[in-house]
Amino acid sequence: MPKVNLSHFEAALLFALFAAVVLGIVTKRTDRERLIYGLYCLVGFVAFLFGLGWLMYLGHG
Amino acid sequence: MFSREKSPKEPRPPLKTWLPAVALGWLVPGGGHMLLRRYGRGGLLMAAVAGMYLFGLMMRGALFTPKVADLFTTIIHCGGFFGNLASGLLYFLTVWFGYDQPDMPGMVHDYGTKFLVTAGLLNVLAMVDAHEIAVGKKD
Repeated sequence: MPKVNLSHFEAALLFALFAAVVLGIVTKRTDRERLIYGLYCLVGFVAFLFGLGWLMYLGHG
Repeated sequence: MFSREKSPKEPRPPLKTWLPAVALGWLVPGGGHMLLRRYGRGGLLMAAVAGMYLFGLMMRGALFTPKVADLFTTIIHCGGFFGNLASGLLYFLTVWFGYDQPDMPGMVHDYGTKFLVTAGLLNVLAMVDAHEIAVGKKD
């Protein structure tokens, strides 16, 4: 089994991508709604990632 | 005042309408959708769940074993084990072929462990979706 070494950002981005695909498929009823919701989830995950990252950076002093 | 009327209970759909799709969806992520002829969605679910699981393994994530101790430990280990088990055949193949690894300290390993559990939880969502399609609640 090959070993992968990902950074925090790469791992979180990959997590967001896989989760967004599944959430998009299972929650909506039409393909268009699924695509939009999947992208919405992906953007939401990434925005949260940056927001939390900055919050931790600023909170750390 | 408002009177609350009890709506009559919907009859439960027979087991044979949804059980094969849900069981196959558990064993093979996306398999339930494929059985119900939703090949596109099934393929995407399979790619997402299996992809997440394989990345978890390649990051050297650990699989949980059920452990009963204090409440927190019990929730973490039993919940994690349930999450791992929900990946179906991927979990069994990992254990049978000896790819399960001990828990190691490190950021990447920790992410890997979370990837392995989340893959199973995403598969639970896929199984619920397959159930809704099979009983006709969803297209």
